Amino acid sequence: MTTMTYEQAMEEFDPVFGIEVHVELNTKTKMFCGCANEFGAEPNTQVCPVCLGLPGAMPVTNEKAVESAIRLGLALGCSIRESSRFARKNYFYPDLAKDYQISQYDEPTCYEGSLDVVLDDGTVVEIGIERAHMEEDAGKNTHVGGSGGIQGADYSLVDYNRGGVPLVEIVTKPITGMGDRTAEVARAYVATIRDIVRALGISDGRMEQGSVRADVNLSLRPKAVAGESQDDVPFGKRSETKNVNSLRAIERAVHFEAARQATLLLGGQPVVQETRHWHEDTSSTTPGRSKEEAEDYRYFPEPDLLPVQPSREWVEELRSTIPEHPAKMRARLREEWGFSDLEMRDVVAADALVLIAATVQTGTSAQAARKWWMGELSRVANDREVALTSLPVTPDQIAELQGLIDEGKINDKLARQALEGVLAGEGSPTEVVASRGLEVVSDDSALEKAVDEALAAQPDVLAKIQDGKVQAAGAIVGAVMKATRGQADAGRVREIILQRAGVEG
Amino acid sequence: MNDWTRATAAQMADALAAGEVTSVELVQAHLDRIAAVDGPVHAFLHIDAEGALETARAVDADRAAGVELPRLAGVPIGIKDVLVTKGLPTTAGSRILEGWIPPYDATVTRRVREARMPILGKTNMDEFAMGSSTEHSGYGPTRNPWDLDRIPGGSGGGSAAALAAFEAPLTIGSDTGGSIRQPASVTATVGVKPTYGGVSRFGAIALASSLDQLGPCGRTVLDTALLHEVMGGHDEMDATSLDEPVPAVVDAALEGARQDLTGVKIGVVRELSGADGGYQAGVTQRFEESLSRLREMGAAIVEVSCPSFEYALAAYYVILPSEASSNLAKFDSVRFGKRVEKSTIEKTMLATRAEGFGDEVKRRIILGTYALSAGYYDAYYGSAQKVRTLVQRDFDAAFAQCDVLVSPTTPTTPFKIGERIDDPLAMYLNDIATIPANLAGIPGMSLPSGVAPEDGLPVGFQILAPAHEDARLYRIGAALEASLTAEWGGPLSAQAPELEVAE
Ligand SMILES: [Zn+2]
Repeated sequence: MTTMTYEQAMEEFDPVFGIEVHVELNTKTKMFCGCANEFGAEPNTQVCPVCLGLPGAMPVTNEKAVESAIRLGLALGCSIRESSRFARKNYFYPDLAKDYQISQYDEPTCYEGSLDVVLDDGTVVEIGIERAHMEEDAGKNTHVGGSGGIQGADYSLVDYNRGGVPLVEIVTKPITGMGDRTAEVARAYVATIRDIVRALGISDGRMEQGSVRADVNLSLRPKAVAGESQDDVPFGKRSETKNVNSLRAIERAVHFEAARQATLLLGGQPVVQETRHWHEDTSSTTPGRSKEEAEDYRYFPEPDLLPVQPSREWVEELRSTIPEHPAKMRARLREEWGFSDLEMRDVVAADALVLIAATVQTGTSAQAARKWWMGELSRVANDREVALTSLPVTPDQIAELQGLIDEGKINDKLARQALEGVLAGEGSPTEVVASRGLEVVSDDSALEKAVDEALAAQPDVLAKIQDGKVQAAGAIVGAVMKATRGQADAGRVREIILQRAGVEG
Repeated sequence: MNDWTRATAAQMADALAAGEVTSVELVQAHLDRIAAVDGPVHAFLHIDAEGALETARAVDADRAAGVELPRLAGVPIGIKDVLVTKGLPTTAGSRILEGWIPPYDATVTRRVREARMPILGKTNMDEFAMGSSTEHSGYGPTRNPWDLDRIPGGSGGGSAAALAAFEAPLTIGSDTGGSIRQPASVTATVGVKPTYGGVSRFGAIALASSLDQLGPCGRTVLDTALLHEVMGGHDEMDATSLDEPVPAVVDAALEGARQDLTGVKIGVVRELSGADGGYQAGVTQRFEESLSRLREMGAAIVEVSCPSFEYALAAYYVILPSEASSNLAKFDSVRFGKRVEKSTIEKTMLATRAEGFGDEVKRRIILGTYALSAGYYDAYYGSAQKVRTLVQRDFDAAFAQCDVLVSPTTPTTPFKIGERIDDPLAMYLNDIATIPANLAGIPGMSLPSGVAPEDGLPVGFQILAPAHEDARLYRIGAALEASLTAEWGGPLSAQAPELEVAE
């Protein structure tokens, strides 16, 4: 059997794909109980009778999670159902405390939307959204011994901290006609979802922590022959690759699956409809459960919960809080700010877009905002090995700092010292300037005294200036700056020297 | 009074307030009675003598210190083992939960504790409340104090038998298809299933979530009303809990006791009255006599028809197992309860459930799993939900013509232990008159209407009211009770044969 490459596969076949993205919401508490929803706590410390599924416990819906789900649905252009029931999805698994998952089945809260995805070259692709529904996450199994998988493990541990964390699952309609750009579109789609949930502020959007996870469905069908429409060619059997958890992996999973399926098909072998596991280390997939042995989840309406019935007024109120589409916002801001493509890409890559936008909003120039966030602050973040967004400084404070420079109260060098103070938690830029005594000395009498002292120490300089060698004043300026520990306004010092020499500036 | 166990809860509460008795004396009298008769009756699965006495001592001390106390403070109570009780074993009658000590209290348990009522222990029940005889308890059957060879009803046979045997003045039950009312009927006690959502289900081990309702059990209508007011009210831990005040059921019971029912319209449900046969003669006779008494008190009696009730039993036996099959999935050995250790988690789950669940539970899990399966859902669960809607419409139409509906609670007096254990369908027919109320979410009461002449065993009278109108049950029930007890010279429960007392 000849092994195909992704490119060869795309030449031979027409790919059809779909993506399911699970977004972990960043609500303070879990979906159906009051436990904290935080990543990284000690195992089984954020649990209660409800999320442990103890006998007698009952769920109560977290209204904030419903709000987040509706906002996400609106951002994806979805319709919002007036009444939607939760359903129970029944299956036995140790990480599923109740042995059923509360999800939504035939009545998703958000349905029928569409999302524009902007590719690197500016091409815009419209992706159809079938539904976005709420559900609860399961706990986390850790298999000890053996290869780390459940097979051959000595024993397994379950951490229920994640159990009951609110999720929104976004399901696309089948995406067709992307040809060899399929992998790129898949990646760009997930990146766009990530950007949207961050812009909405409803999720950390950290793929590496699993707060955005993707399953990629892919199938190949023959290319239409002459006179036939591609739409009339039936879909092939699809595979569903689970838990592809980085943008790069999404691209690679599409590559691998397309090549694998093309190799089978051209070798005269069938593609099996099945779920497959993604392996990051080898960039490949292996079979999981096939559809033939798939579980029957026995969905039925969750009798312990009332239907979600958001009022029209509330939905409209939430609609007014939906931020601009991230890609469109980037294009608009790049224009407004006059950044080059490269500058803009760096800003986005550094996660500085929102920070700069917020700084600009207070009246700071875009170039100044960029200078701070991409310069000094990026360096500090890098040194401290934290995200730029995690630094203990706000866009308002940066705007305040730049304002102090623009007013001439401090110079660049003093501003860096003031920022150091802000980052050390000493207060606002104004407070740090005051407490550290960083303000530029602009009191003329103090400056005149310093100039006179410097002139007295270097008596020959005055004569040189009066001889017309004005640049000699530089030595006196330097001496004054030294004497005032950099806090003098150099321009003003120069003027005073020239006045003393009787020369007009 | 020389034997406090014979008093009503209201009398105990008054005597405590008047300083005629202490809570410790009341608790001790009931503990002694339990020790004397519970061997054969087996109403209790777990007795918490020390806990009950500790609560009693604290209540007595507070009362002596002049602290203001709730009405039932110091009056002992038994709790059906379906409710979780922090620190007290809770099994729901199943071996799969043997030895489990819940780390939290059900909302109703918390309210009982806040009412300062000493908890005597946990009462026996059919496993996970599946049954009408308490023969399906994983810990052996409860026996009817009226005749130890007979069933005390189910699933709440323990709670009813404890009242009938004077082991407790008040108990808590749960009613999914009649599990409070049918045991009340066959033991000559009073039991109420409140409006769905009227009492929080948080902490009640679920059988069928859309049908389950906790309720009060007592020997008199007033006692039952007093407990109802302790248990009821909105709870934010139960999303299906009604956000409205507890109905004024105590006032209704006091009003009813004046025996004036002028202007009240009472509907006899043709399909539940035995008019089409199948009801024991003495049951029908006592029912007719009670109707006459209600008429004498000024009520108008009308006949109504609820044609969809014919399908209620079938719909119930689809909905209940479906929900139960899902509710009982969590008993998987991973986090609590029994574990039969095998080489893999799948085998461990299978072995644990095979060993931990009884036959009736397995039967219903299989039924429910089948009914919810892909391809069968519409035919079974979907159709059953449609019947449910029809039953609700029948009730709506009936209540448009009258204030309450009445029927015998059960078609027969209690049958013999073992008589129907191998015939599940005959067993299910017991609940024919009680099930419609659960399908519609409306409140219902059973109270004693006498004994059947042919066997001398208790007959129950059922009253049903529209949703939220629980108070009507108490008004009509208290009126009938006052009329009957005037003739009997006291509650019917006093006529139960004396139990042999253990040394
Ligand atoms: Zn929790």
